[in-house]
Amino acid sequence: MAKINTLMPLKPTCPMTHKETVDRYFLEHRAKLLDIAAFLDRLDRCESIEQDYRIDSLHKCINVLLEKNVGRTEKILNILSDHSKEPINVAHEQGASGAPKQTDL
Amino acid sequence: MTYIDPHIHMVSRTTDDYERMALAGCVAITEPAFWAGFDRSSPQGFFDYYRQLTDTEPKRAAQYGINHHCWLCINPKEAEDVGFAREVISIIPEFLDHPTVLGIGEIGLNKNSKNELIILEEQLALAEKHNRLVLVHTPHLEDKLKGTMLIMDAVENTSINVDRVLIDHVEEHTVGAVLERGFWAGMTLYPNSKCTPQRAADIIEMYGTERLWINSAGDWGPSDPLAVPKCRHELASRGHHAETIDTISYKNPLDFLSKSGRFSVE
Ligand SMILES: [Zn+2]
Repeated sequence: MAKINTLMPLKPTCPMTHKETVDRYFLEHRAKLLDIAAFLDRLDRCESIEQDYRIDSLHKCINVLLEKNVGRTEKILNILSDHSKEPINVAHEQGASGAPKQTDL
Repeated sequence: MTYIDPHIHMVSRTTDDYERMALAGCVAITEPAFWAGFDRSSPQGFFDYYRQLTDTEPKRAAQYGINHHCWLCINPKEAEDVGFAREVISIIPEFLDHPTVLGIGEIGLNKNSKNELIILEEQLALAEKHNRLVLVHTPHLEDKLKGTMLIMDAVENTSINVDRVLIDHVEEHTVGAVLERGFWAGMTLYPNSKCTPQRAADIIEMYGTERLWINSAGDWGPSDPLAVPKCRHELASRGHHAETIDTISYKNPLDFLSKSGRFSVE
């Protein structure tokens, strides 16, 4: 995988205090977390359980959330990216699915 | 405070949106040529679209005191048929002298195919020949990282100065490379894909404001023509200085767009 060098600083850059940030955003992100849990539960309740590359990617991303370093968002976006280098021969479709079909991560 | 939305597709929006944007402080917009949600059946369809961008929309915007400029091109989604795309590209020069046309855009890649890349390179050559600014669309979702790198390589293979090129729709995994290589970068504020106003504010906190702008890219899909003022509000409520907010949503777009020699907010 190509490592993208970023300019991301390691020093504090958010003007709000830790408590202000938690007070402001906690409930919103608690709700988003429950949405993900409910989505995974819903998949378990489906009639047939199949392997899907998008859900495999999602599981890898969830592990990143527990890491204790900066740059989780960039890391997750990299998991959800095609890391091949050469242009494809023909565009057979116009849309994108949100996760690479084969990942080298 | 006033703001500029440098990327919005007003052909897909109602006149009520112009009014709401004006009330929120919008004084100028720029509108790149894009995919209409379906493939046009003839080059004539593009000719009419360019007339709409250069003639109809500036008048509609002016009713609300908003200055309208545009960018012309064939978008990457309709570039897979190289013969068709070349016919469309041949129409563009007759519109390039129109006083509100800032440059070529939004060109770029969609699925990162060989034909998309050929048409990208030919449109970069058009910008090079006419000495015009370039506005770049980067691919969606899993294709963005690879496409952004291929696009930057293609630009660097021309004589176009990278500080006359804005790479749009950057996210956390592409913004660093785009800025490091000397390009301008745009963050698109979308509810479901690309950046939310919160993540855009986070990126500003991590990367600063140099060569960076925000836009709504409002169009016919899930999008918000008031996304720029919402991001300004997000920054203000976190305690960022008015100068930072003004730089990202007014001064930076003004600086980049003024390189065209044609842009003004008057
Ligand atoms: Zn666009």
